[in-house]
Amino acid sequence: MAANTKMKDDNTVQVRELIDQKKQKKSFANLVEKAIPFFLFIITSISIFTTIGIIFTLLTETIEFFKRVPILDFFTGNTLEPLSQDPSFGVLPLITGTFFSSVIAIIVAAPIGLMSAIYLSEYASDRVKKTIKPLLEVLAGIPTIVYGFFAFTFVTPILREIIPGLEPTNILSPGIVMGIMIIPMIASMSEDAMSSVPNSMREGALGLGATKLEVTTRVVIPAALSGIIASFVLGISRAIGETMIVTIASGSSKNFTFDITQSMQTMTAYIVEVTGGDAPAGSTIYYSLYAVAMTLFVFTLIMNLAARYISRRFREEY
Amino acid sequence: MSILLDYQQTSDHTLTKKDLGNYLPVKKVVYDTQDLNLWYSDVHALKDINLSIYEKEVTAIIGPSGCGKSTYLKTLNRMVELVPGVQTTGTILYNGKSIFDRTLKVEDLRTRVGMVFQKPNPFPKSIYENIAYGPKIHGIRNKKVLNQIVERSLRGAYIWDEVKDRLHENAYELSGGQQQRLCIARCLAIEPNVILMDEPTSALDPKSTHKVEELIQELKQEYSIIVVTHNMQQAARISDKTAFFLNGEVVEYDNTNLIFNNPTDKRTEDYISGRFG
Ligand SMILES: Nc1ncnc2c1ncn2[C@@H]1O[C@H](COP(=O)(O)OP(=O)(O)O)[C@@H](O)[C@H]1O
Ligand SMILES: [Mg+2]
Repeated sequence: MAANTKMKDDNTVQVRELIDQKKQKKSFANLVEKAIPFFLFIITSISIFTTIGIIFTLLTETIEFFKRVPILDFFTGNTLEPLSQDPSFGVLPLITGTFFSSVIAIIVAAPIGLMSAIYLSEYASDRVKKTIKPLLEVLAGIPTIVYGFFAFTFVTPILREIIPGLEPTNILSPGIVMGIMIIPMIASMSEDAMSSVPNSMREGALGLGATKLEVTTRVVIPAALSGIIASFVLGISRAIGETMIVTIASGSSKNFTFDITQSMQTMTAYIVEVTGGDAPAGSTIYYSLYAVAMTLFVFTLIMNLAARYISRRFREEY
Repeated sequence: MSILLDYQQTSDHTLTKKDLGNYLPVKKVVYDTQDLNLWYSDVHALKDINLSIYEKEVTAIIGPSGCGKSTYLKTLNRMVELVPGVQTTGTILYNGKSIFDRTLKVEDLRTRVGMVFQKPNPFPKSIYENIAYGPKIHGIRNKKVLNQIVERSLRGAYIWDEVKDRLHENAYELSGGQQQRLCIARCLAIEPNVILMDEPTSALDPKSTHKVEELIQELKQEYSIIVVTHNMQQAARISDKTAFFLNGEVVEYDNTNLIFNNPTDKRTEDYISGRFG
């Protein structure tokens, strides 16, 4: 007891001394304290300046491209033959390629992702949930190149058994596989949105004699709709930007077609192809890269803005 | 009006007898609880509950927090089963039929027995849609009929005048007290027989509380109401019968005026006079 008190006293004395000592050294710490916000601001600016830089480069090179190829020809032309003697630069084949692959992907991913989310959020026990969610994350972590040859060597052969006319490279197979790739993202984001709907709302509906399904479809999904739509749109954005899968499994024919059993090229795959070959800097084909990249960028931007608008319109505030 | 008079006559007449065993009920029993026990995994939350709840009365359930009031209420519409690991023994008869009967669908029970929660929980939809939700899930689609139901229910909960010009605004723009009356209206929309209320005014200001209490008084002409409250003055003001719960048991159950003026059990007396809880 006595020892204890003594120790306490010692302690107090020491602490005071330590604090005093520390105060002497404070000036450097003060400097750090003041410098930190400035330092963090610089770090944050890096990403902003990078973005501005990228857009600036895209813009200047795109403008250069449109000096050589009229903008109307680019957006309305349905032949893309950059390497022919008399090259033509119509972007429509790439737009249809991107459009079809993304639409197929979302048709696959939205229902499966949403239903998985419903199962996980409303029906699965905690134990099942704890097992399945990490598995989904593993699926999301598979490199896209693996999905690419999965589409080419596994899905396409199976599809060719079912659809006899299917070409060895086609837009359908990578579309489906991209859908599989974005399922985990949609499932996981939609599940988060649905799980964050307060239980009191489920109870309110159950208390009125609603079945579990009615609670899910008429209360939980509407309340989580903005999150669900956001997950769909992010899924589409990923599909639009996805490169490897389509490059491998859809080939590089610049067909302007609405037939999904044929090979099509997407905007991303075109960029891969052209940068992979040696497009001499300063050539029209070199500048076309930037015009396509710019188009891709604008597409994704429009998607994201649309998503924000839609999710705000459908938001149910609680 | 005549219903009210009839009611007061009969209740005055019956509310004199102290021993409920000898009680000759003029009123019908809606809920008959027999030897009910309930466990949350290992927690024995309700112990040998025996309680008869009468039609078109307000039955108050009082007791210190954690004594099982909410649990009992949620057992009556089987909402308690949403908690994993809940086990019950004993019987609860609703209008003479066991609510645990395999052939009975919980949804049907909950359609007959409405519930109002402690914290107002409107759906994040418009005021109109909140009321129409119940009728809609039970298959009523006709717009005209729905309009009528919405108006009647909102009038029934005495909130019509406050919201009639803003039926399509989000329910979360209402004040807490209005939200709670909206939830009561939502409950009325499917015309239940019984309304369970779990501390319906504990999240409300005194003025809203007063309105809800008045509303309960009105509603008992047509509905049987079971209300959990930790506010003893409230129980005394609004209820016909009061059950005092303690540690998962019913210590005493009787006419409200007897419970408050002449309790039989020492523990009831202590609780009511504020000596614990
Ligand atoms: N979901 C639950 N899981 C486990 N125990 C619970 C749960 N809900 C309530 N309990 C326990 O049951 C007892 C009664 O709780 P409750 O019915 O909420 O009391 P009251 O409404 O009277 O305050 C308490 O001991 C509480 O801890
Ligand atoms: Mg409670």
